[in-house]
Amino acid sequence: MNYWPLLGVAVIVIGFALRFNPVPVVVSAALTSGLLAGIHVPALLALLGKSFVSSRMLLIFILTLPAIGLLEHAGLRDHAQRWMARLQGMTLARLLIGYLLLRQLLAMLGLTGIAGPAQTVRPLLAPMGEAAAEKILPTLTDDDRDELRAVAAATDNVGRFFGEDVFVAVGGVLLIQAFYTQHGIELTPLSIALWALPTAIAAFVIQSVRVWLYQRRLQQRAAHTHDESAH
Amino acid sequence: MTNRRTEMLRIEYAYWLIAAFLLYTGLRNLREQRGWHAAFWLVLGTLFAAGDYILAQQAAGNTLPAECAGVGVIVLALLAPRLRRSPHVEKGNAAERLQSAIRLGHRLFVPALLIPLVTLLVALLGAHLFIAGHAVFAPKQMTLVGLALACVVALFAASGVARIPAHEGVSEGRRLLDAIGWAALLPLLLAALGEVFTQSGVGTAIAALTSSFLPTGSALACLLAFALGMVLFTVIMGNAFAAFPVMMAGIGLPLLIQQHGAHPAILGSMGMLCGYCGTLLTPMAADFNLVPAALLELRNPYGVIRAQVWSAVSILVVTIVLMWLFVFR
Repeated sequence: MNYWPLLGVAVIVIGFALRFNPVPVVVSAALTSGLLAGIHVPALLALLGKSFVSSRMLLIFILTLPAIGLLEHAGLRDHAQRWMARLQGMTLARLLIGYLLLRQLLAMLGLTGIAGPAQTVRPLLAPMGEAAAEKILPTLTDDDRDELRAVAAATDNVGRFFGEDVFVAVGGVLLIQAFYTQHGIELTPLSIALWALPTAIAAFVIQSVRVWLYQRRLQQRAAHTHDESAH
Repeated sequence: MTNRRTEMLRIEYAYWLIAAFLLYTGLRNLREQRGWHAAFWLVLGTLFAAGDYILAQQAAGNTLPAECAGVGVIVLALLAPRLRRSPHVEKGNAAERLQSAIRLGHRLFVPALLIPLVTLLVALLGAHLFIAGHAVFAPKQMTLVGLALACVVALFAASGVARIPAHEGVSEGRRLLDAIGWAALLPLLLAALGEVFTQSGVGTAIAALTSSFLPTGSALACLLAFALGMVLFTVIMGNAFAAFPVMMAGIGLPLLIQQHGAHPAILGSMGMLCGYCGTLLTPMAADFNLVPAALLELRNPYGVIRAQVWSAVSILVVTIVLMWLFVFR
């Protein structure tokens, strides 16, 4: 067993820990592991180039930017905020938990690509969340806004991840099935997908509670500032 | 057999569209005398435009274009630290935007919702769409083709609603792309890194190390090692799919299933979900964690991960407990 390629992992850990720019860190790690595994330089370059080009689909989200840029220029985020501020009964927690439920259900139907940070979080969910938070605490700081957007992105991720494995034709389930088939165990995709359901429910409950706690923290801060200004 | 060229919309067209957008971004930066930015986007755009050719040549046995692409990737890595992440400044003043928002109202939502809606329609109905006997959408990666189409449709719809020419949208989009900067590149690089790690035997080395320390007689110890190994390995590789076969071959199959009689479907399903908890924790899963942070213009690139830590840990604990309860029935 050749353990030297593990040094590539060390390059990653040290690079991220020292907060170097991740791009050269990742490329150095690939070169380190490849060279220590005894892959020749031309073959390593070809491997790097080929795998980079093969995953071009990961950049497809940038195609949303022109439409979103134009709409934001025309006031999309301002309108989303004004609308949220007017909506009676739509609290921050209801907005985020409702989105979480929708995202998870769509992912369970195999529709992971129709929502996401570029498609829905930046243009819609984040500005609506900010407006809903301003209804609770009108004096949001820049740090509060950053945290709120991060919570919105986190809610999107949790909904997607813990919904998609309940769908039978998704990559994860098929990968599990393929692994077992290779090793002589036959399973139906449905039996695998069903066992993702308990965790899916747990993930929904946990993220909802965290969103609700986040809202309560904002409410407590609002009550606190209100008390202080009353004295 | 149908010729694959008979489909009218293929994923390659989306790649050409991305390439055109990247090259445009590079040229605009060149005109604004931001040399490093221009070079970065132009190299990336060239890699995207040449992608089909590189893969076709590689398949035909000519590795030279792929080697050049490898050099291109290294050039991108050298250029990335020179990019200043300039915050995206909205063009036009806030008062004008607000006026436009009041004037257009809910009509602004229509193009924004067209992006998920058109994607959904293509994903659901695309397979049944034929024009003159030709399939409109290639069956491979139908959702992604749908997303690309939806973006184009949404751009023109937005331009119609707001009465702003579509090229203004491309120019705004380019400013957003410049604000995202090198973070956009990370998902592709990490996918390439995963491939290199696999080819270098990093996974098998880790599995061998883990199993040499493990008290294999204890079912609980094996289960914990498997679950936490999935998390750790996903954190390192940024992808639970890369971790799964390694941990399964190292611990899951020989120790948990064959020695301790674990239920394969439960072990596989929940083991993968442990890996997903790792995905929520790692900067290596850049497309889920770092790109959204850049897209939302957070000042801390790890802000999204920070917001996810306690969700991930709680979900992991619940999943491990569920596994322990059900997997050895």
